[in-house]
Amino acid sequence: MSARRIFARQIFAGPARFAAIAPYVWMVLFFLVPFVFVLKISLSQTAIAQPPYAPVFDVAAGFGALKEAFAALSLENFRLLVSDNLYVLSYLRSLVVALVSTVILLLIGYPIAYGMARLPKRWQPVAMMLVIVPFWTSFLIRIYAWINILQHDGLLNQILMALHIVSQPVVWLSTDGAMYLGIVYSYLPFMILPLYATLAKMDSSLEEAAADLGAAPHDVFWLVTFPLSLSGVGAGVLLCFIPIVGEFVIPDLLAGSDSLMIGQTLWLEFFMNKDWPVASATAIVLLAVLVVPLLLYDRLQRRQLEAR
Amino acid sequence: MAQARLSRFNVASLTFGLAFLYLPIVILVIYSFNASRLVTVWGGWSLRWYREFFNDPAMIEAAWMSVRVGAISATLASLLGTLAAVALSRGEAFRGRTLFSGMLYAPLVMPEVITGLSLLLLFVAINAERGFWTVVVAHTTLTMCFVAVVVQSRLGSLDRSLEEAAMDLGCDPVRAFLLVTLPLIIPSIAAGWMLAFTLSLDDLVIASFTTGPGSATLPIRIYSEVRLGVKPEINAICTLVIALIAVVIVVASLVSKLSSARGESAAPL
Repeated sequence: MSARRIFARQIFAGPARFAAIAPYVWMVLFFLVPFVFVLKISLSQTAIAQPPYAPVFDVAAGFGALKEAFAALSLENFRLLVSDNLYVLSYLRSLVVALVSTVILLLIGYPIAYGMARLPKRWQPVAMMLVIVPFWTSFLIRIYAWINILQHDGLLNQILMALHIVSQPVVWLSTDGAMYLGIVYSYLPFMILPLYATLAKMDSSLEEAAADLGAAPHDVFWLVTFPLSLSGVGAGVLLCFIPIVGEFVIPDLLAGSDSLMIGQTLWLEFFMNKDWPVASATAIVLLAVLVVPLLLYDRLQRRQLEAR
Repeated sequence: MAQARLSRFNVASLTFGLAFLYLPIVILVIYSFNASRLVTVWGGWSLRWYREFFNDPAMIEAAWMSVRVGAISATLASLLGTLAAVALSRGEAFRGRTLFSGMLYAPLVMPEVITGLSLLLLFVAINAERGFWTVVVAHTTLTMCFVAVVVQSRLGSLDRSLEEAAMDLGCDPVRAFLLVTLPLIIPSIAAGWMLAFTLSLDDLVIASFTTGPGSATLPIRIYSEVRLGVKPEINAICTLVIALIAVVIVVASLVSKLSSARGESAAPL
């Protein structure tokens, strides 16, 4: 790169960084600062008031009030989370559900992404479009579509009975099976798109070389294709796993109510029990559980978008 | 990989994948035209449930609120997201850059219950009246991150020598950006706007936390109806939303085709 070019780039870079000011301030105000409030309220006592927590932090009262506020903080809510089985079980359930769903998603999504990447070039944008459309369509609507099919006198039971496979309607809704189906259905595009992006970019001559050198198709895939697609696998896995752990809508509408995922527990504490401190503590623990995958995801994004 | 021949396995997995993704939606749409009140009994084609929706003031009001929230928050998000993308892909290092990009990427995967709860607690703490504007702020915060990623990936694939040439020819950096860079990234900003709009239109969880009594968005209303069971009117509303989103996507893809014709690769999303 010529010195002149570098110079031009630097001149451009000076003002460009000022573009960060507005979005930076916005994100600090509406993304970072709110977590301080979550942390703070998670450490306060539940109160029957509006808003339902105490003590309320009062900036105007100065340093004395600040000290008082700190003195009033308690780990009560976190103690509750650890001691009450309900919470521990719902964290565990969330992790298990997310793990199992992510594995299923990978198993189903990979062959689809692989098939897309092997389509003739002019068909690939069409195929990608077809995967993106559901990705843009509301989760709620897509789950509702499944309720139409799975309900007691829904299409699935009608078909099964017409074919004499079952004699009585099967209960599909409010089961774990329905929930897994809903999760896999909703998150499939999130798995396919990063996988496809990696597979489509891959240099096909590497596979050809391996085949020319005598590798069986099976070996070509496992020794060349799959290892080269690992960055896409990582992106897809994180893109699915992290949000599924905190998923609310899908288990709420499709799973039974006897065991809850942590997103549902948080929702219930907040909207039904009006216990904001416990809801906040639940959110803090959920965040702590997700810190490692979130950091991994952040690194991956950064590498992808900024390494050029 | 385009040269490789499709194996039977490839064809099978593609067919399965697309059928799996589309069949439920197609069934939902078909049943929205069902004349029968029982969702599962076919009573012939009819527009009855669409009429029902247009005569339901509460639903119409919620839909109107969702469209307004979507349009305003998508516009704010496009502005802020574009600025963020420019700073990250063109700006020199600045203090807190890592924190900045972290804050932009985290909301993409952050469980919605956490984002919603934390914003609500902020609004309560600063005594903001909850309703239309708090939902706008919440959706802007979420969707500007998506816009930033879309625009940033476009900026990354753009040929920088164009900007450099403009400056060599005497443009100052701001003019070089406005006259050269901006026209080239406009299509992806537009695509980002549309993504932001549909995300806002779809969101249930964050809106539930941040809205106030009396101002429900369309997903909030749909959700409370869905909890009570399947109703053909809901099928009709869902079909209308899907149609709206499909139009938005077709426009977005035409726009990004335009952008790929002008530059190099277009961002898929």
